[in-house]
Amino acid sequence: MTTPDIRAAHAQAQSARTEAAKGRPALVDGWIIAAAIAVIAAYVRAIWFTPAEATQGLAQKIYYLHLPAALNAYLAFGVVFVTSIVYLWLRDERADRVAESSAEVGLLFTTVVLTTGPIWGKPIWGTWWTWDARLTLTLFLWFIYAGYVVLRGAIPEPAQRARYSAVLGILGALLIPFIHMSVYLFRTLHPMPIVLKPDRPSLPPEMLHTLLFSFLAFVLVYFALVRARYRLSIERARAAELEAALEGGR
Amino acid sequence: MSDPTFRDTTLTGATPRESESPVLPGLLAATWLIASKDLAIEFRTRTAFFSALVFALLGLTIFFFAWDPTAVAAIDLAPGVLWVIFTFSGLLGLQRSFGVEQADRAMDALLAAPVEREAIYLGKAVANFLFVVGVQVIAIPAVALFYNVPLGSIWLSLTGIAVLAALGIVAVGTLFSAMAVNTRLAELLLPMLSLPFFVPVVMAAAQTTSRLLAGRPEAEAWPWLRILLGFDLVFVVACAIAFPYTLDE
Repeated sequence: MTTPDIRAAHAQAQSARTEAAKGRPALVDGWIIAAAIAVIAAYVRAIWFTPAEATQGLAQKIYYLHLPAALNAYLAFGVVFVTSIVYLWLRDERADRVAESSAEVGLLFTTVVLTTGPIWGKPIWGTWWTWDARLTLTLFLWFIYAGYVVLRGAIPEPAQRARYSAVLGILGALLIPFIHMSVYLFRTLHPMPIVLKPDRPSLPPEMLHTLLFSFLAFVLVYFALVRARYRLSIERARAAELEAALEGGR
Repeated sequence: MSDPTFRDTTLTGATPRESESPVLPGLLAATWLIASKDLAIEFRTRTAFFSALVFALLGLTIFFFAWDPTAVAAIDLAPGVLWVIFTFSGLLGLQRSFGVEQADRAMDALLAAPVEREAIYLGKAVANFLFVVGVQVIAIPAVALFYNVPLGSIWLSLTGIAVLAALGIVAVGTLFSAMAVNTRLAELLLPMLSLPFFVPVVMAAAQTTSRLLAGRPEAEAWPWLRILLGFDLVFVVACAIAFPYTLDE
């Protein structure tokens, strides 16, 4: 290929990218802004308008971040499981995009859980980390879905990537009960459930309301991020198609 | 080559023939054919088996020197060492399982062969299972010897646990081996994908072994054995179903 040829190809690639950028929806949209406002409101409420816990003091405030993130991580991985089955069944690439987006957001939430937990654990338990059942389970969720994200990055071909990651998305979900059972056979130190239990929640109403508010704010964050990530994956696929067309046209 | 069976097995190993084993129904016959092909390759080259074995022996040596023998008794370390080297030496065999099919695009020939895709998975899994068990037949007595573990009364139970653990590891590892070879990261990806799945297996096997060695009542080992059995059941079925989805269509 001569130099002018390469120049021409570059110019063509540049125009293809500009074309791809045209009509691209802004990634920061109303959903993201609404989610950010909801989270800020949840924290304002948690910090200034919710009473401090009697024995743990201010450290307990991290609970309004920790628990909603944990529940939404489970939601995210549940969505990966369901959309993975849907993909293998219907071969609809939208299901694969939702799985991809949800796994990444779930990994982010799991990271939040694994960071806020030790920050609370140090003053309350006296240790950053302990091999308690729920901590270990969360760590393994992180490993499984980190593997999922790495697997996706290691396969260039879209259909193959979708099939492989769907298989891992399903097997990963099947693995969770086994890790859960194994780690529970070791003793657990984690606070026992105080909201989702058969009895009435043993949390004062102000705290419960703040928690629910925070949880809903996080659900909004989840949807906003998955939506943004979903649109990014469409953009990426379009960019890859244009690049491929260019390669073929040379 | 002085071995008179050499030419014959090479041919039957590569092409499934209807007349090969008329007694067995199709799926089982094809499974065995693929397994025996892999075992024949391994038997002739012996590369993976010896590297896995030496790896296991090196592993148990390194583990011994990584601990203070005056603080921790060797017998307390033995179950952990045993199942950790079991897992990692198993990975060496699994790496190779679909790796050998990449030379000369042998995988394409395997896919073009008139056998069910489940048979390819099961055949590979059977070969891997025998590989892992083969390494353990030497590695477990070696651990017993070097760590001074009295296997006398528990060897039968230990064999049972080893078989169950090998089954679980091989079921998942064979599938991930098939996936990993077709990615950009190849062998690097296999441990990353498989190790989280090996955790319940290794935990259950090590906990059961340490309880057996300590002479604890059998009832204490049962919950762990149930996890191991459940894992084998769920993942042998799930991985056999999932395998065809990992092949090119």
